[in-house]
Amino acid sequence: MKRWLVLWLILLASHTAFADEAKPLAEDPALEARLKVLSQELRCLVCQNQTLSDSNAPLAEDLRKEIREQMRAGKSDQEVIDYLVARYGDFVRYRPPVNRSTALLWVGPFIGLLAGAFLLIRTLKKRAGDENFEAEDA
Amino acid sequence: MIPEIGQFSLILAFCFALIQGIFPLVGVWKGQYNLANTVVPAARAQFIFIIIAFLCLDYSFYVNDFSVLYVASNSNSQLPVMYRLAALWGGHEGSMLLWVTILSVWTMAVTMFVKNLPESFRIRLIAVMGLISIGFLAFILFTSNPFERLIPAAMDGRDLNPLLQDPGMVFHPPVLYMGYVGFSVAFAFAIAALMDGRLDITWARWTRPWTTVAWVFLTLGIAFGSKWAYYELGWGGWWFWDAVENASFMPWLVGTALIHSLAVTEKRDAFKVWTVLLSICAFSLSLLGTFLVRSGVLTSVHAFATDPSRGLFILLFLVVVIGGALLLFALRAPNVGLGERFGVVSRESLLLANNVVLAAAAGAVMLGTLYPLLMDALGAGKISVGPPYFDAVFVAIMVPGIFLLGLGPLAKWKKASLPDIGVRIRVAAIVSLLSAVLIPFIMGKITAMVAMGVFMGIWVISTTWVLLLNRIKTRGLAASHILGTLKAIPLAFYGMLVAHLGVGVFILGVTLVKGYETEQDLRMELHDTATIQNLVFRFDGATEIAGPNYISSQGTVVVLQNGKEITTLKPEKRYYPVQGSVMTEADIKPGVIRDLYVSLGEQLENGAWSVRIYIKPFVQWIWAGCILMAIGGVLALSDRRYRIGNKKVLAETEDLQRVVA
Amino acid sequence: MNKLIKSLLPLALFIIVVGFLFKGLYLDPHEVPSPLVGKPAPAFTAPVLAETGKTFSSQDMKGKVWLLNVWASWCGACREEHPVLMDMSKLSEFEMVGLDYKDTDAEAKDVLNTSGNPYKLVVTDAEGKIGINYGVYGVPETYLIDKAGVIRYKQIGPITKELLYTKILPMVKELQR
Repeated sequence: MKRWLVLWLILLASHTAFADEAKPLAEDPALEARLKVLSQELRCLVCQNQTLSDSNAPLAEDLRKEIREQMRAGKSDQEVIDYLVARYGDFVRYRPPVNRSTALLWVGPFIGLLAGAFLLIRTLKKRAGDENFEAEDA
Repeated sequence: MIPEIGQFSLILAFCFALIQGIFPLVGVWKGQYNLANTVVPAARAQFIFIIIAFLCLDYSFYVNDFSVLYVASNSNSQLPVMYRLAALWGGHEGSMLLWVTILSVWTMAVTMFVKNLPESFRIRLIAVMGLISIGFLAFILFTSNPFERLIPAAMDGRDLNPLLQDPGMVFHPPVLYMGYVGFSVAFAFAIAALMDGRLDITWARWTRPWTTVAWVFLTLGIAFGSKWAYYELGWGGWWFWDAVENASFMPWLVGTALIHSLAVTEKRDAFKVWTVLLSICAFSLSLLGTFLVRSGVLTSVHAFATDPSRGLFILLFLVVVIGGALLLFALRAPNVGLGERFGVVSRESLLLANNVVLAAAAGAVMLGTLYPLLMDALGAGKISVGPPYFDAVFVAIMVPGIFLLGLGPLAKWKKASLPDIGVRIRVAAIVSLLSAVLIPFIMGKITAMVAMGVFMGIWVISTTWVLLLNRIKTRGLAASHILGTLKAIPLAFYGMLVAHLGVGVFILGVTLVKGYETEQDLRMELHDTATIQNLVFRFDGATEIAGPNYISSQGTVVVLQNGKEITTLKPEKRYYPVQGSVMTEADIKPGVIRDLYVSLGEQLENGAWSVRIYIKPFVQWIWAGCILMAIGGVLALSDRRYRIGNKKVLAETEDLQRVVA
Repeated sequence: MNKLIKSLLPLALFIIVVGFLFKGLYLDPHEVPSPLVGKPAPAFTAPVLAETGKTFSSQDMKGKVWLLNVWASWCGACREEHPVLMDMSKLSEFEMVGLDYKDTDAEAKDVLNTSGNPYKLVVTDAEGKIGINYGVYGVPETYLIDKAGVIRYKQIGPITKELLYTKILPMVKELQR
């Protein structure tokens, strides 16, 4: 009898210890994935060098919770961003909004590139003149 | 006693820097060469005393001398020796000492290896490096003294930030500094050439190898830093567009542009004004980076304790050095000759087009980094400029550059014909287009971003291959002589091939890991398994282990493929009692095709843990690409015309230049 | 001449950058100004500390100029600020409501019992929900709210004596008119 009991216990133990497929940490993995994408574009206000997604600061956790709730309530990503911007300002967005004061930021590099290309071509043409050059092998 | 010796050495070094920076310039100006010739002995004496100071500080770390404030703030008696020695550059004061030490190493190298230059040029060159050293030594002595005593001595130190207790800390900062301080040599060459009125082929030829060495170090330094972040931060990010990363990336971009424009200047004596401006900019951006880190005007993970008076000092120094350099540039540039001429479509012009792209990219990074400051200073509100901005803008700007990278080396010098290039790239273009569809298809998901990235990566690799074949063909040798042909091709050419190949490999790595990485956040009980793709991850529990200065919970995750164990990963959660901080140490099984990356989260109820499992395809290609770029640089340096003492070759190339000119 | 002007361009650009960097030395990159200033204060109803069952609503303050001070027993800078708040409460020129942020009632009461209570009343925000609504990111923070319920000023970090006399009191007087 005792032997049976031991065997039964071993079986039971080995059953619980046997490979169960691990469960996702989050209740709703799809929502979590959406949160992840969104929160990677948001800046943590406490540590300031981390995204809301990577930060372990208590406020970051609270904000993630808040975002989760809003997402569950059917808010769109843009609505969530608007909610946060209304309270914390544009500082929370790692992707600066496009408006008058950020126009230079968004357009400047491309103007620089085009202006550089234009200047280069003009200079090259001026320098080359009408001369005909012979190709050279390296 | 030892710290006082260090302090005193630093003061002596400062005195020698004054001699090295000032006397020779006056001497050359007045024509008094006995005064001017103090430059080399002064530079070498400065080097010796800085090394002594450096060793004294590191000795204080070694023996745990907590009567030195800096040691007490950045080390601890429990800290392993390797990290105690590296803790020297764990804080602000020591980082600056490392900076100036590396500057003196570069100066020493210049005094040893720069020969056959006109006397006045060589003296001015070394003197300019002395001037830079004066600024940094004064900064250390007056605002950031690492030898300051702490009385009474601390019982024990406050420890090195656990985030820095990693082999990465030993290599990353010195190599990175070798890189961006190394641009001081190109800077000094530029200034000396402007002073001497000697902006010519000789100047370009001498600047080129020094720039390449610095660039190789910078490339490796940035790659090490990125790799370190990848395994240390616990979630496998490798680049964050953090202000300090940007500060090292801007000089890299400009340095890359400089290497290419030097090629044009050396070959054609042309675009000297542009090249000299780049030489000034590369180092100026290094200095700007130092300012950004030290002054605290930007928030960054790397920012050490900051202090506005330090910021003000560096800013003043920036104004003197960069402002002075740009003023000299403004005065001398209008009189610089045009040099030789070449066709509108030619290797030269394509190299310069690539320069425009690199400069615009550096400008974009700078604009993004400084824009929050700009807005704040104008009272226009606070914004953040982060990865979404940089990813979008930087990639958009680099795309034409990468396209040109494939074309440029295929174009002939002096005059190239577009149809001719078109014929040469046909195959490469087809191969790239096919790969852009096929590779995403094999990986199981096609997106526009991935297709474009794969196209770019394969484009670079295939055009590089075409280039090699072409080179072999122009030699016109039969297959039996292939080895001889390959040997006859100069190393510099191979250098270019390998470096460009590195760019392609890098692009593929970035694209594929961004496009196809997977992440699972799991709750794992003992012996729970997770099936991801064709792999099974089994969690075998966590045990407590004791490290030298931390306590760790070490998890065991066995990875199985087709029922066979392929590896066991041991991610840790470490607790460092001195600073009371917890660090996540991920464990990684790196591979050519993919990395398996596991990190341990929190302990949950029932002996379960939260475990994060990432599969990161081709992520190692990112650093492999960087290493290839660096190897390319080394190969270019090994070219026979740079071999030291090879005067004959130098003379020959000089003759050749004369014939060409 | 034209050439000289062109070659001065990099220097000019550098000088502009230096100007901004200089200005930047005296700005605090950590301080994030609130977009709520000039906007109606978010309404809330919350339990009053130490008085079970009693709640406070921000609507109760309509028609008054008041301060909402966010604090917590676990916050070091709040202790620094506390004496100034005590002085302020003695001036009795306006009412101050404390928002006890992510705290336990017992510990909060303990602090008020030992070092004094400068508040008209304290409401609790154990979950930090009201905090998020007000854009709180680092305690202590203080909001100055006018008669119409509009936020007129936000102080991030402790209120100092100097700030109290040079900024807050004059603003309160202005608003009470």
